[in-house]
Amino acid sequence: MENQILIDYLPIAVLFGIALFFALLIPALSLSLGPKPKPIDEAPIHKYMPYESGIVAIGEAQRRLPVKFYRIAVLFILFDVDIILLVPWAISFRQLGMFGLAVMGLFMFLFLLGDLWVWKKGLLEWE
Amino acid sequence: MTFLTFLTSLTSEQVVFILASILTIGAALVVVTNRNLFHAALALMASFLGVAGIYITLDAGFLAAAQLLVYIGAISILIIFAIMVTRRMMQVSESPFNSQRGLGFFVAVAGFLIVAVVILQWFGGEAFAAKPPVAPAVLSNAVAALGVSFVNPNAFALPFIVISILLLAALIGAIYIAWPRQRIDPAEDEA
Repeated sequence: MENQILIDYLPIAVLFGIALFFALLIPALSLSLGPKPKPIDEAPIHKYMPYESGIVAIGEAQRRLPVKFYRIAVLFILFDVDIILLVPWAISFRQLGMFGLAVMGLFMFLFLLGDLWVWKKGLLEWE
Repeated sequence: MTFLTFLTSLTSEQVVFILASILTIGAALVVVTNRNLFHAALALMASFLGVAGIYITLDAGFLAAAQLLVYIGAISILIIFAIMVTRRMMQVSESPFNSQRGLGFFVAVAGFLIVAVVILQWFGGEAFAAKPPVAPAVLSNAVAALGVSFVNPNAFALPFIVISILLLAALIGAIYIAWPRQRIDPAEDEA
């Protein structure tokens, strides 16, 4: 009986195994079959430059991101938690009746209040 | 008993539990010892994945799905964004230990001991013998039962509404921290 639960999850384990296999296989093949490049300080200077029509890079790749990305991430996390809480409610929606709808309505009202505030303040605008 | 007979005597459930535990603890060790904060955040995602595996061995499928969606899908992204919006965090490679490491170790051990004592008091020796039994009704439709108890006034209706207030407070707090106080010239960020 206890193994039944694990059998239910077997496809996920297989998917996980296939993903891990290819994630290791492709870099291993590329490393073993591809030509060995010289280290960046020994190679000719054009070796590590962008190809003919590529734009020459300006500045560092790892620069600080604008803080608006953080704002979007926070909104995403809140909606994510909201979805997780909505799913059990939606599954048993029919047997919960009007009272269930009212409780969820109050929940969503309080939740969307904050989002309306953010929207009204114009913080969702992406310049 | 030799190691080989021990290995062959394991049930598939125990194998899954051991693999998930190794992933959780191993990745967690990488998190606290890695010198690169960004790599530590990636290892934290692997640790969360191991915890999701442990939830599955505990027959808590919904919790495992929530762990995947919320912790790996959202909280890790938030942590990575927080590192990326912080100046110079990406490149800095410094020792993850500071002067409070002894205190931190003590708090971690004390927290573990408290949880262990509570579990032992609650389940007694059975906690080691086998995992606590789960009612078949819960196993068959746990998510629907959870939905019913969310809106039941005798169960979790009030905590459920309080959650929405918590989410509202979290939203306001996070937006306030990231409030656009001044226009920052992008060129200035390079400095």
